[in-house]
Amino acid sequence: MFDRQKIEEIAKERERWQKSTLPNWIRQCPERQKEFKNHSGITIKGLYTPEDVKDMDYMRDLGFPGEYPFTRGLHATMYRGRLWTMRMFAGYGTAEDTNKRFKYLLSEGETGLSTAFDYPTIMGYDSDHPMARGEVGVCGVAISSLQDMEVLFDGIPLDKVTTSMTINGPASVLLAMYIAVGDKQGVPREKLGGTTQNDNLKEFFAQKLCIFPPKPSLKLSVDVIEYCARHLPKWNPISISGYHIREAGATALQELAFTLCDGIAYVEETLKRGLKVDEFAPRLSFFFASHNDFFEEIAKFRAARRLWARIMKERFHTRNPRSMWMRMHVQTSGCTLTAQQPLNNIVRTTIQALAAVLGGTQSLHTNSFDEALCLPTEESVRVALRTQQIIAYESGVANTVDPLAGSYYVEALTNEMEEKAMEYIQKIDDMGGVIPAIEKGFFQREIAESAYRYQREIEEKKRIIVGVNEYAIEGEEIPVKLLRVDPSVEKKQIERLQKLRRERDNRKVKEVLEKLHYAAEKDENLMPIIIEAVKAYATLGEIMDVLRKVYGEYKELIII
Amino acid sequence: MQSGRKIRVLIAKPGLDSHDRGAKVVARALRDAGMEVIYTGLRQTPEQIVETALQEDVDVIGLSILSGAHMALFPRIMELLKEKGLTDVVVFAGGIIPEEDIPELKKIGIKEVFGPGTPTETIIKYVLENAPKRR
Repeated sequence: MFDRQKIEEIAKERERWQKSTLPNWIRQCPERQKEFKNHSGITIKGLYTPEDVKDMDYMRDLGFPGEYPFTRGLHATMYRGRLWTMRMFAGYGTAEDTNKRFKYLLSEGETGLSTAFDYPTIMGYDSDHPMARGEVGVCGVAISSLQDMEVLFDGIPLDKVTTSMTINGPASVLLAMYIAVGDKQGVPREKLGGTTQNDNLKEFFAQKLCIFPPKPSLKLSVDVIEYCARHLPKWNPISISGYHIREAGATALQELAFTLCDGIAYVEETLKRGLKVDEFAPRLSFFFASHNDFFEEIAKFRAARRLWARIMKERFHTRNPRSMWMRMHVQTSGCTLTAQQPLNNIVRTTIQALAAVLGGTQSLHTNSFDEALCLPTEESVRVALRTQQIIAYESGVANTVDPLAGSYYVEALTNEMEEKAMEYIQKIDDMGGVIPAIEKGFFQREIAESAYRYQREIEEKKRIIVGVNEYAIEGEEIPVKLLRVDPSVEKKQIERLQKLRRERDNRKVKEVLEKLHYAAEKDENLMPIIIEAVKAYATLGEIMDVLRKVYGEYKELIII
Repeated sequence: MQSGRKIRVLIAKPGLDSHDRGAKVVARALRDAGMEVIYTGLRQTPEQIVETALQEDVDVIGLSILSGAHMALFPRIMELLKEKGLTDVVVFAGGIIPEEDIPELKKIGIKEVFGPGTPTETIIKYVLENAPKRR
């Protein structure tokens, strides 16, 4: 971005400064640490100058917002045109409880819903399964059948809202239920808008809510991608997720690299279905974490966008800019929240949210300050939402596009994140791709190592966590109001489910489940038959049991 | 400490939640401190946990849970331990467990509850000091 002569001049001046000015300062005030590193292990220099970005080419590496390689943002006007979507994750208790919460959120002006399901639903068990004991409606809403889904979206017109569903293994079943509710409301399928997380690959090394072995899990993800490409043009069939990779202990760099590897795997696998890249790539979406190291995160988001655009263009030969777009949702990092002095978490969340905005996210969820202790209360959720609104309306950061572009530090770091992520991607390509790498335990080991290192750094005070290993309050009493899910939820839910099993047409259910079994063995796209099954009120657990029989269950590879 | 036999610890994940970062870090820290550590993997039923404890002849069990189902699952684990005669085994817990649940958990025999942010040093020290002495 500078001519060579200028760079040489600057280099000379920098050397002079290092010899004459810097030593005096260091003598008077030695640096606090021998070495400064970010979470990814990249050494941070004391000073960045044009020398650090001397090989950059503005048009090649940054360009203009809304244009390739999208480093500066997907949209030409970014937040001057439209602010990011403030999408808060919600779900607890029965479908009635969450329906009420949804309606409250909509009345407050939200247009995007985001559904948290409880663990039994996520694992594909009905609420009355023995494994569901004590978990029904606790960490999300319990959905066992289309009947529950009808209650969940009762009075909510599906052509007026978009709905995000955090569901992976059973994504096809929950999407089928959503489609069925839409059909009942008379909403044409091409008008259904929303997202299913549906990223089964990361489950094996990050979120670990795996049901089936890797290959059938990937097949199910791709079923949804293919079906949506053909029938649900406004649906984001997948949210390729780094968030959980990060939360499991990965560094920012590993999060970036592993997420893009997963993205590549989904594209390759979907191409095998005979779709053209531009028929599905524009609908692929991504999900990242935003952690504490402010500039590292900003660099990660910018590098991610540029890298994905380059991969789509160079590796998959698309010429459609929409196929190169990395649309991302960001969530502030849950694992950085402390149980100690919980109000401090508001500050952490603010810094992380600001990084996401300066990184150019399309959508953002901010965590609540009490989440290291329990599910958030209405009050703490409000503070979290207000944090986004303050950034949006008061801070001024949304008034220009990509304001940190051109910072020697941010650009150098963005470049370094991209280069190092490429090295990882190459390594995983060399292993034969994501599935062999999972089977070898590569990701699992990498992440476990990083998690352990992070913990050691905290214990050795190489990393300070305010209120935990420094500035702790002796004998601190933690005065937070806890949200409790009423234990009667489980009972109510089980009663409704058992009544449904008595009253539905059980012959029809049996028939459709047999058909599903046959289709699964034949390796067909299962979406159409799953839609038929949910409409016959076959339950989530029954459908997943058929698939468990055909595909087998995943046995965890234990790596400490 | 104890002559010959290393302290045997079972780190177990009851319930459906899959947050194993903490459990694995604790397992590794105890192992690095010289103990024999067995990690169950995710989503173990109370029956499976107690069976593993019996099979592996452990001295200490650490239960890790973040789903909020501890009040439903821990009593069953403690009951089964009693049934199998494993009353000497020291049981501690960690994860997201609200302060106000701790008295009830102590009543059923959970010896200690470690919240988020606990240094692994504290847990190592606790296990070293509290593991039952073998004959």
